[in-house]
Amino acid sequence: MAKRTPLFDIHRRLGGRLVEFGGWEMPVQYTSIMDEHQAVRTAAGLFDISHMGEVLVTGTAAEVFLNGMLTNDVRKLVTGHGQYTLMCNERGGVIDDLYVYRIADTEYLLIVNASRTDVDAAWLQQQLAGYPHNNFVGLHNLSAQTAAVAVQGPKVIEFIDQCFSGGSTGGLVAAKASALKKNQIAQFQFSGHPAWVGRTGYTGEDGFEVIAPAEAIGAIWTLLMKTGESHGLQPAGLGARDTLRTEVCYPLYGQELNEQTTPIEAGLGFFVAFDKGEFNGRTVLIQQKERGVAKKLVAFKMSDRSAPPRPHYPIWSSGERSAQIGEVASGTQSPSLGIGIGMGYVKTEFAKPQMPITIEIRGQRANAVVASKPLYRKPV
Amino acid sequence: MANIPADLKYAKTHEWVRVSEDTATIGITDHAQHELTDVVFVELPKVGRQLKAGEACAVVESVKTASDIYSPVSGQVVEVNQAVVDNPALTNTEPYGGGWFFKVKLTQPAELNGLLAPAQYGAQIKDQ
Repeated sequence: MAKRTPLFDIHRRLGGRLVEFGGWEMPVQYTSIMDEHQAVRTAAGLFDISHMGEVLVTGTAAEVFLNGMLTNDVRKLVTGHGQYTLMCNERGGVIDDLYVYRIADTEYLLIVNASRTDVDAAWLQQQLAGYPHNNFVGLHNLSAQTAAVAVQGPKVIEFIDQCFSGGSTGGLVAAKASALKKNQIAQFQFSGHPAWVGRTGYTGEDGFEVIAPAEAIGAIWTLLMKTGESHGLQPAGLGARDTLRTEVCYPLYGQELNEQTTPIEAGLGFFVAFDKGEFNGRTVLIQQKERGVAKKLVAFKMSDRSAPPRPHYPIWSSGERSAQIGEVASGTQSPSLGIGIGMGYVKTEFAKPQMPITIEIRGQRANAVVASKPLYRKPV
Repeated sequence: MANIPADLKYAKTHEWVRVSEDTATIGITDHAQHELTDVVFVELPKVGRQLKAGEACAVVESVKTASDIYSPVSGQVVEVNQAVVDNPALTNTEPYGGGWFFKVKLTQPAELNGLLAPAQYGAQIKDQ
């Protein structure tokens, strides 16, 4: 039985079409994916992301412990700052990709994927058991009592401060939410509840994610809608979330990432800090970085109008003596570009921008070309 | 409420049929286009192809999914709607008009009796 977020009744009232995702019953769309996608690109959209997991790691040894678990360098974070990072197994395979925020001197908040929350918590628990200073680390899975929304789009900055009044009470010292810079986080009070507001997102647009106690999220959603409506804010579902993230080439766990794939293969080497000392997967990852990898994640664009590429469609090399060189990981029609786009793993020799490839769609080959990431850039 | 024109016949799989003499025009219903949402690609059968009733012969793709379209009747494809291929959104905006898919010359006209009347189709989608 799929779990329901505290916003479930609101989604139903709004006419959201509900689907199962990562073990949760979530709205895929309210009006249409195209419509909600455009709202986020041009105005603002509000997403329920309560399905995502929250894990709090505390204690004087939390930093050192986490730095052994995660690929990015946690030591770079001062209080109120966050970073994108990956958690790998010893083989360098990705257990999850996540955001880690330093919310206090010795407190780290991990925002993890819905489908991986239990796996992550179990993995961290098991790793902690073998960690010599584990009496100086606290591990708390807050996912069950925590909910979250993402409010995304260029107009969000015009109304976010009407929702969280007063200065911050935790994380970054900030007079108001709009004072946060990208990847910064601060706690604000919302009707007596602490709400963590981070300036980040998964859409390629400016925006915020608000993480709050489950009992407060309904009122936060309602107030955001009320203040944002005149700025074009509308509810947005997972369908738009997927097209938005695909256009800017953000990976989705389970499609671009899994335990058999490494951050180097996924093109996420930027988020692997080799110079920080030992961490899970380092030996394999450094080897891959030095010697290269057999497959790489690329973004691609269809050359002509075609059926949209979909996950698992075969990717072939172009021209004579064409051979299968990989598989589509994510694919969709790009609402912004009006053409099919996607990401997929291909043999490394083909992982070059402008490389012509073909995508097999229902037995027929359609021309495409490897493109540099992101596929969509905001017009300046 | 989905629009279900009274002068058409319907298949359980959400296609409509408009008969004129020995030719049937086929498209997908307002309910179907609403369920599929933004149609971004339509693939139609080739002119001349012989179709059996119930045969998958076209594909409609929305942002999220690809769906097969089944011919409600048997016959030979005599015309396809290039306009909907060029502008798939017609499926959403004019499901019973400019968004028609293809025409077949009927070979088993008796099959028409097995299709749903508007009220029957309306009852079917109400239960979903």
